Amino acid sequence: MNLKKFSIDFKNKKKLIPQVLTLAFIISVIAYFSYNAQVNMGNRGISFGYGFLSQESSFDITFSMIDYDGSYSYGRAFLVGLLNTLLVSVIGIVFCTILGVTIGIGRLSQNYLIAKTAEWYVEIFRNIPLLLQIFFWYYGALRLLPLPENAMNFNDISYLTIKGWYVPKFIWTNFSIFFSSVLISIIAIFFVRKYGKTQREQFGKHIPVGIISILILILLPSTTFLIGGVTLSFDYPELYKLTPTVYNFRGGVSIIPELISLALALSMYTATFVAENVRAGIQGVGKGQKEAAASIGLTRGQILKLVVMPQALRIIIPPTTNQYLNLTKNSSLAAAIAYPDIVLVFAGTALMQTGRAIEIISITMGTYLFLSLTISILMNSYNKKMAIKEK
Amino acid sequence: MIKSIKSLIFVGLASLALVACSQSGGGAGSKKSKTLENTKKAGFVKCGVSQGLPGFSNADASGNWTGIDVDVCRAVAAAVLGDADKVKYTPLSAKERFTALTSGEIDVLARNTTWTLSRDADIGLTFVGVNFYDGQGFMVRKNSGINSVKDFKNGISACTNTGTTTELNMRDFFNSNNISYEPIAFEKADEVVQAYDAGRCDTYTTDKSGLAAQRTKMSNPDEHKVLPETISKEPLGPVVRQGDSVWEDIVRWSLNVMIEAEEYGVNSSNASSLKDSDNPQIKRLVGSEGELGAAFGLDNEWSLRIIEQVGNYGEIYKKHIADTGIMPNRGPNELWTKGGLLYVAPAR
Repeated sequence: MNLKKFSIDFKNKKKLIPQVLTLAFIISVIAYFSYNAQVNMGNRGISFGYGFLSQESSFDITFSMIDYDGSYSYGRAFLVGLLNTLLVSVIGIVFCTILGVTIGIGRLSQNYLIAKTAEWYVEIFRNIPLLLQIFFWYYGALRLLPLPENAMNFNDISYLTIKGWYVPKFIWTNFSIFFSSVLISIIAIFFVRKYGKTQREQFGKHIPVGIISILILILLPSTTFLIGGVTLSFDYPELYKLTPTVYNFRGGVSIIPELISLALALSMYTATFVAENVRAGIQGVGKGQKEAAASIGLTRGQILKLVVMPQALRIIIPPTTNQYLNLTKNSSLAAAIAYPDIVLVFAGTALMQTGRAIEIISITMGTYLFLSLTISILMNSYNKKMAIKEK
Repeated sequence: MIKSIKSLIFVGLASLALVACSQSGGGAGSKKSKTLENTKKAGFVKCGVSQGLPGFSNADASGNWTGIDVDVCRAVAAAVLGDADKVKYTPLSAKERFTALTSGEIDVLARNTTWTLSRDADIGLTFVGVNFYDGQGFMVRKNSGINSVKDFKNGISACTNTGTTTELNMRDFFNSNNISYEPIAFEKADEVVQAYDAGRCDTYTTDKSGLAAQRTKMSNPDEHKVLPETISKEPLGPVVRQGDSVWEDIVRWSLNVMIEAEEYGVNSSNASSLKDSDNPQIKRLVGSEGELGAAFGLDNEWSLRIIEQVGNYGEIYKKHIADTGIMPNRGPNELWTKGGLLYVAPAR
């Protein structure tokens, strides 16, 4: 075995030299720029170091999912920005998937109206630049909402105003018990689905797995209210006077218009690409498959669910992974509308206050790289699971 | 014989080297300033300004820049290149301003920048003076019923520019008064104004001069008022890179000379006629006495050109800030002899 390895190395020596040279060239370019930066920063009295991350930040952030104010460190501000980016990315990915799949399937519908509407949606929202769409939603639509005193009222439970969407706050006691019951029901559903699959494959028996799963998900957590001591109350938003003429809302949770417009714009824009991927996937499944399924008596819905989609998913997933990554990176446009994501908070405010451009930009780039790699690893493992198992 | 010829050649070469060294080193009074040389070679001063703040640096429809910050750069151009119009203006946002200066894209930053410790000491820059003493204030709607910052209550939303001292001072103010507030920070000043105008936030905060200037851009300027309190010190001044002390001195003294000229009653119209004045300090300011220019490697008419082509501080203030209605009352921006804060070292 060892001899074999050595003889191969010897044969490929010629191919090895250009590779080594290219690697040496790349390393020397990086080394040159690093050295250049180091010398010039030293000349101008600028220090390099990541110690500033533990300094007090002294600025507040509008919207934060964790406790934060100006007395926390820059590192904490970075975390707040990161969580905000993740929040808008996750919301965007979920909604664009739902919307994209619906529109993609709708475009292939027999119904002329549905098919044409889907086509127009895709053509319009795909061809307008994302930044303009964000501006439209923020400056064009949400900026025209009424002031708090004339808020759009939804049954006195939630209010829509120019300052945000006010919804009731959920106040839990013993939330951990409720949360664990939800986890247990998910695990139970997993086992039920596995059981249903083996029954179907071995005996041909059809168990209504979907209905059973929904029942478990609703009933199990509900019982915790009765026996687990879990209670849920609501804190409703109410109008109050800030000054004799200026009104505001107190209580409840305020969803800022910046978040709403960013999530809306990202979802609607990316959904067009997901829709086209779904359409390509469905059309890519051989016509013979659909005809064979129809000939054994399956309905259109069953054909789609049991025959077409499993095969189409293999075509849909890789380009859709791309779109999820694009959505995550496009969320950096939040800086244009004052949504405190990582670019506005860290590569914006923190950079301006500390002046440490190189350190901060390197951290931000590294963060986006890490996020993108995580998403692609997750999607690639899902893709492998969907792949045809070669025997 | 060969040995002596060798030593002769050696001595000859050594002395040539010495002479050459002294020539390059001693040339123009041994005042080495890379920025000054580059500026003379380029033929214009590279000036960083704002993206449009009336009174400080604002471009009109045909692209001409005016304002008191613009006049600082014009003074440097008049002193160094002889013509106040030989300036290239680069509009910068709050995010780019310091990196543009440290990277060499601009040589002078005159962008209504507040002089603070961390900016002076931590990022490789030097502040060379104050050309406008300002403070931070709040703007509210006249019909909001708020007459003073003491009327602010919990839950108020405040719009401002991100990455400025305003954001930090705002936090300090609300915290020390135990008021919970909602900060909404945009990058561009226009976005902040629009958000406040539409009602997204209840108050708009920035330097008082900025408040007055931006009010002119609102849909209904008469609906708004500036609250009387000032919650911080904002000394605004020009900035240069660390490491070039001659350039630093040139910019500092170009500004100082404009202020001192007003102190002695020298202005753009009477400057050249005062060359035979009885007051020796006036003679120094107009260059008919003393060799002050040589201290920076400039000729002796440098201060005369500044005063003639740009004007003294009073003229600049009147033209850009008082007559435009931004701040007719000079307040702290008055000479120390008249009760203000403008007290500069004597140019002698």
